[in-house]
Amino acid sequence: MPEKKIRVLIAKPGLDGHDRGAKVIARALRDAGMEVIYTGLRQTPEMIASAAAQEDVDVIGLSILSGAHNTLCTRLMGLLRAKGMTDVTVLIGGIIPEADMAALKKAGVAEIFLPGTTTQAIVDFIRQRVAAAPRGA
Amino acid sequence: MRDESERKSSPTSSSEVPRKPSPGEREWEGKTLQATLAASPERASDFTTVSSYPIRRLYTEADLAGWSPERDLGSPGEPPYTRGIHPTMYRSRLWTMRQFAGFGTAQDTNRRFRYLLAQGQTGLSVAFDLPTLMGYDSDHAMSEGEVGKCGVAISSLADMETLFDRIPLGDVTTSMTINSPAAVIWAMYLAVAEKQGADWRKLSGTLQNDILKEYIAQKEYIYPPEPSMRLVTDTIEFGAKHTPKFNSISISGYHIREAGSTAIQELAFTLRDGIEYVEDCLRRGLQIDDFAPRLSFFFNAHNDFFEEIAKYRAARRIWQRVMRERFSAKNPRSWALRFHAQTAGCSLTAQQPYNNVVRTAVQALAAVLGGTQSLHTNSLDEAWALPTESAATIALRTQQILAHESGVTNTADPFGGSYFVEALTNEIERGAWDYIEKIDALGGMVAAIERGYPQREIADAAYRYQVAVDSKEKIIVGTNAYVADEKPIEILQIDESVAQHQAERLRRLRADRSNDEVERRLGALRKSAAGSENLMPYLYEAVKAYATLGEICDALRQVFGVHDEAAIT
Repeated sequence: MPEKKIRVLIAKPGLDGHDRGAKVIARALRDAGMEVIYTGLRQTPEMIASAAAQEDVDVIGLSILSGAHNTLCTRLMGLLRAKGMTDVTVLIGGIIPEADMAALKKAGVAEIFLPGTTTQAIVDFIRQRVAAAPRGA
Repeated sequence: MRDESERKSSPTSSSEVPRKPSPGEREWEGKTLQATLAASPERASDFTTVSSYPIRRLYTEADLAGWSPERDLGSPGEPPYTRGIHPTMYRSRLWTMRQFAGFGTAQDTNRRFRYLLAQGQTGLSVAFDLPTLMGYDSDHAMSEGEVGKCGVAISSLADMETLFDRIPLGDVTTSMTINSPAAVIWAMYLAVAEKQGADWRKLSGTLQNDILKEYIAQKEYIYPPEPSMRLVTDTIEFGAKHTPKFNSISISGYHIREAGSTAIQELAFTLRDGIEYVEDCLRRGLQIDDFAPRLSFFFNAHNDFFEEIAKYRAARRIWQRVMRERFSAKNPRSWALRFHAQTAGCSLTAQQPYNNVVRTAVQALAAVLGGTQSLHTNSLDEAWALPTESAATIALRTQQILAHESGVTNTADPFGGSYFVEALTNEIERGAWDYIEKIDALGGMVAAIERGYPQREIADAAYRYQVAVDSKEKIIVGTNAYVADEKPIEILQIDESVAQHQAERLRRLRADRSNDEVERRLGALRKSAAGSENLMPYLYEAVKAYATLGEICDALRQVFGVHDEAAIT
């Protein structure tokens, strides 16, 4: 029986339009056999949370380079908790100062990938994470 | 329009003619080279630029078959401008050292501007925050978390007055990186200039105002392409009449490259954008030589030294041909492509950030050897945040060292006549023409954008590059090789007090101004937007009544609608 495909929502929260990273990751995860939904630009945390629920994803990947991560991620994590979606793995890729990382992880972000991360490292992380803690299990 | 005679005048690309090495070169290959390769093979089977463009082992006169120094190189200050647009280049005047800066409130950035001018910087360049770039006031719901983060927050003429406090606009040149709301921000700038008593005819600087590359690459668009193009043409028309020394547009390849394009794509898409703007102005009834001298360009200065130099040289050669043959421009000032360069932000590494000083120096050197008119050098900490004052100072010093210590400013186009640089210039030019012809065939750039053509070409190139980096086919020092443990560096932090400060300022502004006057001006703006008049005078009156950026952009949203792209991955 074929294994169930891992479902990933790639999202660009906030006003920033720099989507090179989001698009590269979307393609890399798709090439690695995952089901990828890309939200497109300028998504509010509300839009991302409801897209994640609707698409029934295992993973949300947020691409943020604008410095607005504390506000946007905290709000998204609150919305996911309210929807009972704490089993969805939330990842951030982009520019996040070291000083902000601990608070983001405490809020429930599973991992933060900085510039220079290989796409393979992200693929491996997602596979291990989903295998170790399958959603709704 | 392009015709047969035009195609014939194209420099012969070395790739079209079979390469015929000289007897001397053949002998070298047979004896010296073969013996060496037999003893020790080369490091790789293929050598390519950062854009994956193939580079030969050696360039000789065999790579310049059909190339004519008279026709294809010429002299500095003369067509085809391969050697630069000024006869004396940097012997008369150095390039403008223009460091892009902006963060926090208008007051914070005003302080940084005055510091940079005191350090010997010769022009200002304003970075706006994301809400400003997207036409939202600082207190709009969409602005939450973004105020003052990527640049300075400007919501009204009052903020603009603070931004340029004690900076005489008649004496400095100012570049403003703003696109969708460019006409509004420019109206604010002109209003500040008027209040300072500066003569508009003497104002000098550049408005980025390039909406096409937003749809292609950076994605900070508000309105659909058609009304956006109208706003651009309105500013070009207004500028041609009232601000003869101000560049009303900076047609930008920088962001196309940052989005992951190759050097050839950057060049081709930028110049084809330029053609699109010119055609729109001609349709409006403007005369080519009345506005073409004020078109300026903006290119990236990436890592691959020779590819970048060849790109700038090819840019000038293509544009003069476009101007003379496609648009029949008669004024040599219309033919000469003037450009600003910025070192490649996307090449900076978060790891071992001090290495970025070296990268930036090499990139800046390429821009200078390629004949740039102005230059921004990135700071070492910009893979993490906006630069601290000390990092920004090193970036400026890098330019000053190139200008005053390296000796590269002593002569025009030092690489002119180099087999390699001339051959690469020809090849990049040929590659760019191929793309330009393809986009012509698609019906122009707006049509190509609507079909997702440039977006897809760039996304493909970006992905190929990532694969090459992941597989270590391309080495990035400190990131995928020579990795070391390190401590975080000190970075600039912008806190949420900027947003609170801005919200309070806006509350006071809305209480103090005449809201009847604002409503009247916004009503007039909506009415003219629904027609076909030039909008600049209406925008000017609205900003002078202290209508906010968000209110003005909303008025236009009501008439024009908003743009939404189908995401292309």
